[in-house]
Amino acid sequence: MLKKGLLVLISVLMFSSAFAAKESNSIQVKGSDTMVNLGQAWAEKYMEKNAANFIAVTGGGSGTGFSSLISGTCDIAMSSRNIKEKEIALAKQKNVDPFEVKVALDGLAVVVNPKNPISKLTTGQLAGIFTGKINNWKEFGGKDERIVILSREVNSGTHVYFKEHVLRKGDPNGKEEFAPSALLLSSSQAIADEVATNPSAIGYYGMGYISAKQKAISVAKDEKSEYIFPTIENVINGKYPISRPLLLYTNGEPKGIVKDFVDFTLSKEGQDIVVKTDFVPVK
Amino acid sequence: MRKFKEFIIEKLIQICGLASIFFVVLIFLFLLKEGLALFKIETPLKFIFGRSWYPISEPPQLGIFPLILGSLLVTFGAAIISIPIGVACALYIAEVAPSKIKDLLKTGIELLAAIPSVVLGFIGMITLVPMVKNIFKLPTGLTALSGSIMLAFMAMPTIVSIAEDALYSVPKNYKEGAFALGATHWQTIWRVMLPAASSGIVAAVMLGIGRVIGETMAVMMITGNSAVIPTSILQPVRTLTATIAAEMGEAVVGSEHFFALFAIGIVLFIISFAINVTADLFLHKKQ
Repeated sequence: MLKKGLLVLISVLMFSSAFAAKESNSIQVKGSDTMVNLGQAWAEKYMEKNAANFIAVTGGGSGTGFSSLISGTCDIAMSSRNIKEKEIALAKQKNVDPFEVKVALDGLAVVVNPKNPISKLTTGQLAGIFTGKINNWKEFGGKDERIVILSREVNSGTHVYFKEHVLRKGDPNGKEEFAPSALLLSSSQAIADEVATNPSAIGYYGMGYISAKQKAISVAKDEKSEYIFPTIENVINGKYPISRPLLLYTNGEPKGIVKDFVDFTLSKEGQDIVVKTDFVPVK
Repeated sequence: MRKFKEFIIEKLIQICGLASIFFVVLIFLFLLKEGLALFKIETPLKFIFGRSWYPISEPPQLGIFPLILGSLLVTFGAAIISIPIGVACALYIAEVAPSKIKDLLKTGIELLAAIPSVVLGFIGMITLVPMVKNIFKLPTGLTALSGSIMLAFMAMPTIVSIAEDALYSVPKNYKEGAFALGATHWQTIWRVMLPAASSGIVAAVMLGIGRVIGETMAVMMITGNSAVIPTSILQPVRTLTATIAAEMGEAVVGSEHFFALFAIGIVLFIISFAINVTADLFLHKKQ
């Protein structure tokens, strides 16, 4: 929450400073909150090596990244979901041509409080929980407590991805929605905090946020499959069912300094940073 | 020469005054321009009384009834808490407190007004939310009640300082007259001071409530933001303001979602405007 406010503040400052000094050797990277730490780490390392270039990274959500790319206020949009048809159409109107680069993978962990006896669920059961069809832990052999559903706000790529791939099981014509009773929190950290203090809560976020205060759940595609725990290995070999690509979008094919930075993220050094920030490398 | 100076200064002040009115009108026009675009797609009735808010689905469902109720519930709760405490505090400062304590309290209350809402929200998240959860044995402490309590803190400084001014401006001879008739101190306060200052106190309450309705950051942090029609104050709710703040960054410029957020802005503007006008009417009811 607080972080988000700060991010907004910083982005405003960055934005104004970007206007003040719009030199060709500074670029704006904006978007996915999931990727902010990763983007920051990349930018720091990159600037160490190329002191003349300046990379500003701000969060705000994948959708925010796309709208700034479309309105021309950032050079690279970070996103934890693919660009929507609607956004492409809007970009075309403004003569922006979104170009996609896959730079990392992220496993989405479903987390509960360590006191919760439940440790494995199928994606079908998860869909039941998050759409509100199943609302008590005793259905799974837990305590007789109402399930408190935690979700990210609608501007989050994580929210959209989870809805499309877990609630709607990847069916593009699905109509399932998060239960209206779901609490919408505006950062992964806020979800982590609530899960840490609330034994009946369940939430989801990128693997990078898992700590000892939350318990990640093993997930199976269906009753017959094995339950897989979210680890880097299981995401790389494709066993863990809820993982997604992390993407960078640029206007047209990257050129100049933007290309230099994108290439750096895909270099061995860039991919090592991906591992350090608890994401999964693509190379 | 002096006349000329006078003239210039007068005109400058006039321009400043007119400018502020002009800006309010501009803001309202901009809101209307963006917000009314929604009603080409959605009927106002469906927008105000629709029960589901799924702005990014296909097709989007843009019903703000749960949000309006959420805002009203949190505001109502905050009013119930802050009005008695605020008015009592103003009475104490104006009528009872010795002058040393008076100054101390006044400073303290002004300090309370200076705390940024994001800080109050954060404090609420860490301390109040777990407390509410444990006391009421709730599934989560992120509820309308937590929001109301925190917002009551924010409305208090406004209510206290304006109500105190109103009490202070009650003519001295009312009080002396009451004492001369043999009324006790409490009777004087209750039967004379309060009725005499009532219009100012109502205005104070209204302005406090206006502050609460517009509050965004703190409610976003501690009410849980779930867009359901609330049935009790111990449930998570989502307010109009928090919805705008949480979703503005995402809304694609020119989309239905974007227009809907501006339309929510219009609704908020109308609510605040009504509150301010009411407060004004009460203030000017005097004499």
